[in-house]
Amino acid sequence: MRLKAQKLCIDRGGRRIVEGADFDLSDGQALIVAGPNGAGKSTLLRAIAGLLPIAAGALDLDGEAEDIASVLHYIGHAEGMKPALSVGENLAFWGAFLARDGKRGRSPADALGAFGLAHVLDIPAGYLSAGQKRRAALARLLVAPRPIWLLDEPTTALDVRSQGALGQVMAEHRAGGGMIMAATHSPLGLEGAGELRLGIAA
Amino acid sequence: MSGPLSSLVRREIAIARRIGGGGSMGVVFLLVLVTIVPFAIGPDLNLLRRIGPAILWIASLLAMLLGLDRLFQADWEDGSLDQLQLGATPLEAVVFVKCLAHWATTALPLVVAAPLMGLLMAQEPESMLGIGVSLLVGSPAMTFIGAVGAAATVSLRRGGLLMALLVLPLCIPALIFGVSAANAAAGGTVPFLTPLAVLAALTLASGALCPFAAAALLRRLGE
Repeated sequence: MRLKAQKLCIDRGGRRIVEGADFDLSDGQALIVAGPNGAGKSTLLRAIAGLLPIAAGALDLDGEAEDIASVLHYIGHAEGMKPALSVGENLAFWGAFLARDGKRGRSPADALGAFGLAHVLDIPAGYLSAGQKRRAALARLLVAPRPIWLLDEPTTALDVRSQGALGQVMAEHRAGGGMIMAATHSPLGLEGAGELRLGIAA
Repeated sequence: MSGPLSSLVRREIAIARRIGGGGSMGVVFLLVLVTIVPFAIGPDLNLLRRIGPAILWIASLLAMLLGLDRLFQADWEDGSLDQLQLGATPLEAVVFVKCLAHWATTALPLVVAAPLMGLLMAQEPESMLGIGVSLLVGSPAMTFIGAVGAAATVSLRRGGLLMALLVLPLCIPALIFGVSAANAAAGGTVPFLTPLAVLAALTLASGALCPFAAAALLRRLGE
């Protein structure tokens, strides 16, 4: 599988935020999207996920332009966890909803365990701390297997140990042929990752 | 069954039950509205009997608007709406299923309660049955139309009033034929099935069209 972007331009509110972004990502590779605040890192990731329109340029998967959204995971600033449901119920729902061709990933308990969070399985998501909520959202990566991970500031609110757990999960994903694209300010421990530097849009 | 849409139905109903308020709040609102009408109109049983179906329909319509503004807004706020767009399921189907779940948790209690409240409006048994059947057939149309309004105001903090302004005029056809069906059940020259058939057509048409409009609005405004 290969995700390729050529001269990608993205507008927001009538202003060009991302201008001419190029990247080429294939199995097992990782790409760090770097740049100062407001450079368009989140905008780029949301556009790749199909949540924002692409103004110009080409984005294709294995040479085809369609259905990129259903092969990727997007972890944004909002966690997508319903406070009224337990963490396990939230993850079980996303596992069923985001499954591709009926293929399930790891169980919610197992996925939470990978982030050292197995004990919150039955607790309503509304009671979690910011860091726990972020880890629960990251556990979504494991309940539905998808090859491309788009991570927007994945280490926000994570303690050092959880950052280590995330690093391990990401390494396993890449070893299995997965791709990772992460917008971040802090080092993620992605070995041999490429870098896409976005400047402040003029 | 554990497909994406059936799990979405289960999730929506579980959330509605945990948070509570949606269905019971609507019924209480309906009861309050129906209770104050005789105080305003006076103890004229003939008049109450004549306007009863209309009052119950208007009250049900307003009660259905109560929780509608949160239909997509809650998902938009917590990021679920982004994730719902990443599934293999089209957003139109997601909207349709969310409407059905919302209808089952908020409108269905009204459909059950409204005919009983006909007692407060001096309704005959046939008329109460007519109100129940017409609401059962017509209320999905109001949910589907309401979903378009809810999608249009998804990113507005206090979008509830604006949503009501958008939705209420669009519900007028359903209101006209719903009340006319309920009236026809109580007697009169129009056969009961004629307005009911139009009402059913309104529900089917809105169920077919509104999810597309709402999904298009969510894609544009939900970013």
